[in-house]
Amino acid sequence: MTDTGIDAVGALAEPLRRGLYGYVVRHGGEVSRAEAAEAVGARRNLVAFHLDKLVEAGLLEVTLRKVSGREGPGSGRPAKLYRRAGREHSVHLPPRDYATAAAVLAEAVQRAGADEAVHAAAREEGERRGAELAAEGPATPAALYAWLERRGYEPVEAAGGAEVRLRNCPFHATAERFPPLACGMNLEMLRGVLAGAGAEGMAARMAPGPDGCCVAITRERRRPSAPPPQPLAPIPKPMEVDLD
Amino acid sequence: MTDHEPAPPARPSPPAQLAQLAQLNVARMRATLDDPLMADFVALLDPVNALAEASPGFVWRLVGEGESDATSLRPFGPDWIVNLTVWADVEALWNFTYRTGHLDLVRRRRSWFHLPEEAHMVLWWVPAGHIPTVEEAAARLGTLRAHGPTPEAFTFATRFPAPEATASPAAPATAPTPSA
Repeated sequence: MTDTGIDAVGALAEPLRRGLYGYVVRHGGEVSRAEAAEAVGARRNLVAFHLDKLVEAGLLEVTLRKVSGREGPGSGRPAKLYRRAGREHSVHLPPRDYATAAAVLAEAVQRAGADEAVHAAAREEGERRGAELAAEGPATPAALYAWLERRGYEPVEAAGGAEVRLRNCPFHATAERFPPLACGMNLEMLRGVLAGAGAEGMAARMAPGPDGCCVAITRERRRPSAPPPQPLAPIPKPMEVDLD
Repeated sequence: MTDHEPAPPARPSPPAQLAQLAQLNVARMRATLDDPLMADFVALLDPVNALAEASPGFVWRLVGEGESDATSLRPFGPDWIVNLTVWADVEALWNFTYRTGHLDLVRRRRSWFHLPEEAHMVLWWVPAGHIPTVEEAAARLGTLRAHGPTPEAFTFATRFPAPEATASPAAPATAPTPSA
């Protein structure tokens, strides 16, 4: 057992720090101190202090880069750029180890060739969740994006609003070890959510890329009278961090 | 509480690239290639092979004489098709296999192929520029099946670094560093 998970969560108790972490995550890629300071409306020195605290806690990673393009003496110190750390932190109190359970179950499914049973179960689970979503209100794109955000997928619009890419894979560790199984499960679950919610004109498809989730949600343009794509729903609680 | 570090990246290949990664995959088909059951698989062959060739780190793939793929070659039996390729390193093969459109083909593999009863995919290092033969590849698969993952024949789940530049080809690789 280590205390680093608790340290990481503890580091986020400070509201400004939590805001900075949320900003870097939503921004994607690398963020400079100046950008972060502007985003949260705080002094640059204070922001730098808190960004470095987040690095110490293992929540952000830092790279040094000369942004001026100049070289040699007098060209200035390289700027610190911050991005979300690749490392996962989880805190379960009392201690729980669902990752090992997932790995063992996935290995067994693979050995048994039971992928299709997983897909079917995932589809049904998705349909249940989609039905819950539909019970809250109409399954508009905005409602679906908000659901994806709550589940940690970090949706962003791409291809001029024609599709939604998911920047985070909620099943990352399992998907790294069992890609076809975990990504297939995720695809069927999202298809189930769309079906269960009665979301029209949206489809989940496999679209793996270098980073993020393997599934993309495509806006189908079958109906010429369809309203133009709506902007991404505002994130209800931008600072909400589910480190689990 | 647990903390999961992402798997550390495998050792980068030496700059002059002295070794490349060979890969053999064998699969027993549920029906003949002209059967409707296999139609989706057959339709994906050309685009997925083109995707492989366009992928970073692709070096070579086995094709039948005068053909565009290896499906006519049946060294393991009439129902078995083979896929034999060479890549710059394990990461290049991994990225093609699981981070491109090829993933969708892997996801649907059970609808076209029987569940393997023993290891069906093997990785091994070859000197850069070496084109492995089917016989050589079959021997590596045999080694994996007999001894489990070793530096001579390994898997994605249990990887071994490329042989050191200074090591003679016959010398055993450095200490195993399974990465998954």
